[in-house]
Amino acid sequence: MVFLVLPFLGYLALVIYPFLQAAYYSLTSWSGFTATQDFVGLDNYARLLGDDTFLKAVGNSLTLLVVLPLLTLVLSFALACLVTFGGSSTGGVRGLRGSSFYRVVSFFPYIVPAIASGIIFAAVYDPSAGLLNGILTGLGLGTAEDYPWLGDARTAMIATVAVIVWTFVGFYMVLFVAAIKGIPAELFEAARLDGAGRFRTAVSVAAPSMTGALRSAYIYLGIFALDAFVFLSVLNPAGGPQNSTLVITQQIYSTAFRQGRFGLACAMGVLLAVITFVFVGLVFGVGRLLGREKKAEVLR
Amino acid sequence: MTLATTPTAPPAGAAAPGSRTPRAERAVTATSHTILSIWTVVIVVPLLWTVMSSFKTSREIFASPFALPEQWRWQNYVDAWTTAGIGRYFFNSVVVVAGALVITMLTAAMSAYVLSRFDFPGRSLIRNLILAGLTFPVFLAVVPLFFILQQLGILNTLPGLIVAYSAYAYPFTVFFLLSFFEELPAEIAEAASIDGASEWRTFFQVMLPMARPGMASVAILNVVGLWNQYLLPVVLNSVPANSVLTQGLAAFASQAGYNVNFGALFAAAVMTILPVLVVYVVFQRRLQGSVAAGSLK
Repeated sequence: MVFLVLPFLGYLALVIYPFLQAAYYSLTSWSGFTATQDFVGLDNYARLLGDDTFLKAVGNSLTLLVVLPLLTLVLSFALACLVTFGGSSTGGVRGLRGSSFYRVVSFFPYIVPAIASGIIFAAVYDPSAGLLNGILTGLGLGTAEDYPWLGDARTAMIATVAVIVWTFVGFYMVLFVAAIKGIPAELFEAARLDGAGRFRTAVSVAAPSMTGALRSAYIYLGIFALDAFVFLSVLNPAGGPQNSTLVITQQIYSTAFRQGRFGLACAMGVLLAVITFVFVGLVFGVGRLLGREKKAEVLR
Repeated sequence: MTLATTPTAPPAGAAAPGSRTPRAERAVTATSHTILSIWTVVIVVPLLWTVMSSFKTSREIFASPFALPEQWRWQNYVDAWTTAGIGRYFFNSVVVVAGALVITMLTAAMSAYVLSRFDFPGRSLIRNLILAGLTFPVFLAVVPLFFILQQLGILNTLPGLIVAYSAYAYPFTVFFLLSFFEELPAEIAEAASIDGASEWRTFFQVMLPMARPGMASVAILNVVGLWNQYLLPVVLNSVPANSVLTQGLAAFASQAGYNVNFGALFAAAVMTILPVLVVYVVFQRRLQGSVAAGSLK
């Protein structure tokens, strides 16, 4: 029993307890340096709801929550399908030659430290010396010259999302390749006998058979999208042009550790947690409504 | 493989009425290869470009994104390692990751073992609390965590970071290992205890060695995750001498715009990536395997 109790107590003290404490701090006006924490009730929350910058950050986080998982999942599912049945289809479903090479390369960005990817892409997007504009002008797109991808409110968020997608696609591709390989081959053969093409097979056979994997992936990516702190703070430390890439986590960080308004920051944290739970609940609820498959455990 | 037999003479029951001509087949295969190759290029080119830039002077970097360096400046690496302090951060990262890895693996393995083998009141509560740690945004906890470490007197220290890293890697590791321990035959543990082995011995000498594949997979995932950790060190350590690599790299990058030695910055990024690249090359089969295993559970 000691085996479990000691580690678990440590976990309670360092992980669970801070969550509860944060919920309490969110009801105070604590600045961190006073001995007492003045209880202010829901004042912090009221202030946040009237704070345009914070609401903008919430909006951006929600945008990320929708766009990021969707793009990543569609792209990685498509690539996984290409790898698993992009090969010759005569005589059954075959994989593509060299598929393991593609998998090995695609997976790599996932393990590159986010901070390094951020620095690399900040340089790639550089208006004058960057790789992207260099390539675009090389292709004859003169308008791309000196275009500030991260410095223009219209493209800053898209450019940022692209970096995160670049990081995650390979990971989910590997995950989906495994999931597709776990689908009984008879299903694919039956689809072929019925005359289904590859695209039909991917959308109507493969995807419904792996809702469990897709849903877990959606939850992981959603939780990540609500954080995304590293990428956003490297690519646009101050929140981007007109706060176009400012997200909740950046606001929490600056409110707490730059302005020392810990109570307010904790209120933001609580709202972030609420959004996370609603999101996870929704994904599960929708999954259950579809009712296509047996209960799968989360995060496994 | 790509040049398959013609569909006019299919093996029994294999080829479908919808089968294409060999030429169409080849077209599909070629398209697949093209798309995947484009994606490969999208991944590899920025990385190679970074490596190339890491050998250029700042002036060369701003002159042209494509030109090769006039001479390959290894000096950038020396500058990054010494002047920018990357060497020190690298050392700190190694210490923190190694320390946290040992603690996490040991505590999580013990917890997962107990949770999977014994039934006791409160077991599902404990399981759920550990699961909750995976879904809660870490950002909610960092403010109180800052003050907890302050009270313990380990804020801004490497041991403080080790403790925090371990605590936040714990829930993931327990969950990953649970499935492995659940698959181990309970009879063996029973046999060991009938033979007079203490719980302690049963765990370390019988059960733990059997869970080795699971331990290895989750250890690799943890090495990568801990090495890349950014939020915890940024919040919990403000002493530059104790910075870990990710944090030091970020500080280097944000050093008031103009005077940054960009070649050295790229060199620092390369040196940050290099250790995970080595881990990846050596263990990529197991790493991909464990991702795949995770998806099927």
